[in-house]
Amino acid sequence: MIELNDVHKSFGHNEVLKGITASVQKGEVVCIIGPSGSGKSTILRCINALESYDRGDISVEGLKVDRDAPSIVKVRTQVSMVFQRFNLFPHRTVLENVVEGPLFVKKEPRAEVLDRGRTLLAQVGLAEKADAHPPQLSGGQQQRVAIARALAMQPKAILFDEPTSALDPELVGDVLGVMRKLADDGMTMVVVTHEMGFARDVADRVLFIDGGVIVEQGPAKALLNQPQHPRTQDFLRRVLHPL
Amino acid sequence: MKGFWHDAAEFFPILLNGVVLTIVVTIGSLLLSTVLGLIWAMMRVSGIRALSMLSASLINVIRGIPIIVLLFYLYFVMPDLGVTLSALQAAILGLGIAYSAYQAENFRAGIEAIDKGQIEAAQSIGMGWWLTMRRVVLPQAVRIVLPPYGNVMIMMLKDSSQASTITVAELALQGKLIASSTFKNTNVFTLVALMYLTMSIPLILLVRHFEKRAGKK
Repeated sequence: MIELNDVHKSFGHNEVLKGITASVQKGEVVCIIGPSGSGKSTILRCINALESYDRGDISVEGLKVDRDAPSIVKVRTQVSMVFQRFNLFPHRTVLENVVEGPLFVKKEPRAEVLDRGRTLLAQVGLAEKADAHPPQLSGGQQQRVAIARALAMQPKAILFDEPTSALDPELVGDVLGVMRKLADDGMTMVVVTHEMGFARDVADRVLFIDGGVIVEQGPAKALLNQPQHPRTQDFLRRVLHPL
Repeated sequence: MKGFWHDAAEFFPILLNGVVLTIVVTIGSLLLSTVLGLIWAMMRVSGIRALSMLSASLINVIRGIPIIVLLFYLYFVMPDLGVTLSALQAAILGLGIAYSAYQAENFRAGIEAIDKGQIEAAQSIGMGWWLTMRRVVLPQAVRIVLPPYGNVMIMMLKDSSQASTITVAELALQGKLIASSTFKNTNVFTLVALMYLTMSIPLILLVRHFEKRAGKK
């Protein structure tokens, strides 16, 4: 469903992606792990065309991802994104945030969209916050609104860019819970994360990225429990046993 | 003091005619400068190099010319080029153009102060440039832009007096005419000053209100 073929990307002289080839099947949950600066987030941002890429091919459902082509709107309405820092619109209410895309980009009927928005907010446990403004919510609540906003687009896949990294530790669980439910419901997800427990329990596959290349990939449990590559072993040791 | 109130009562109605023109010039040029300023600012942040450079040079040219010269140009030079403007039209046009440069820089600063994550979130739900501006960036930029916008309003109210140099009989010119025919300089110009101040005070209060609102989240 999402295909990356030999994707290269540089920021100035710094080559952050050095030939990434990967694919994500429908209904699959893929976690991308790796040290910071390894290019994990850049991969997500290229799939959604928030960044351009220099070489190679990315396609979503056979549609080429090209920042400058008009078809990019179609790609973006099919692939939603959840950001590390939520990026909710602070001047609109929670419900307005959720229905903004369906209403103004996809131009769906208002009553139907509002209905769906309320249902989604209930699903993420925030039905009673519909009329609040995002700055009044905790980080965990904001991120759950952001997930509802992503879902409201009725996307075929959702990209999560370190969705719990900006949260207080006690709020991480709520967000991961919502994500786990999505995975159980068969949503296609690509998750950049440092939550190894989530990756092990929820992901079908894990990609370990370091230095702009995929160092190792495989079924989540196998890769996280018995990493083969020394760099993966070293990374996991440091993440799981920081002391 | 008694003399002042007596003169004030006599000259006030005449000066009031000037106040009407002062308000017309101020509001007219405020609207024009706002529209032009928005256009320049949009060109600046459009991401299209040619537009952005054109706007930047326009702003610099406008900023580099004194308002009074701009007014002279519109009123005295344009007729030679076949465009005749009334004094009032030239005043509104001149002040509007002159202030559009400051408005544009103010609007641009407001737009650029919006977190980049907001724009990315808008893009990620498929919004194009204009929809992102209209639904996400501009509504948030307004709050940031309003306090300096209020200050521009106050400056424009006072700078509308420059229209007197091209024969617009607004408050300052009316005052000057009365003063030169009655020689009551002190009383007349004190009254004129008080009338400008009276018009400024609501605007000053408005700016304070904007600042309080912008301070709140």
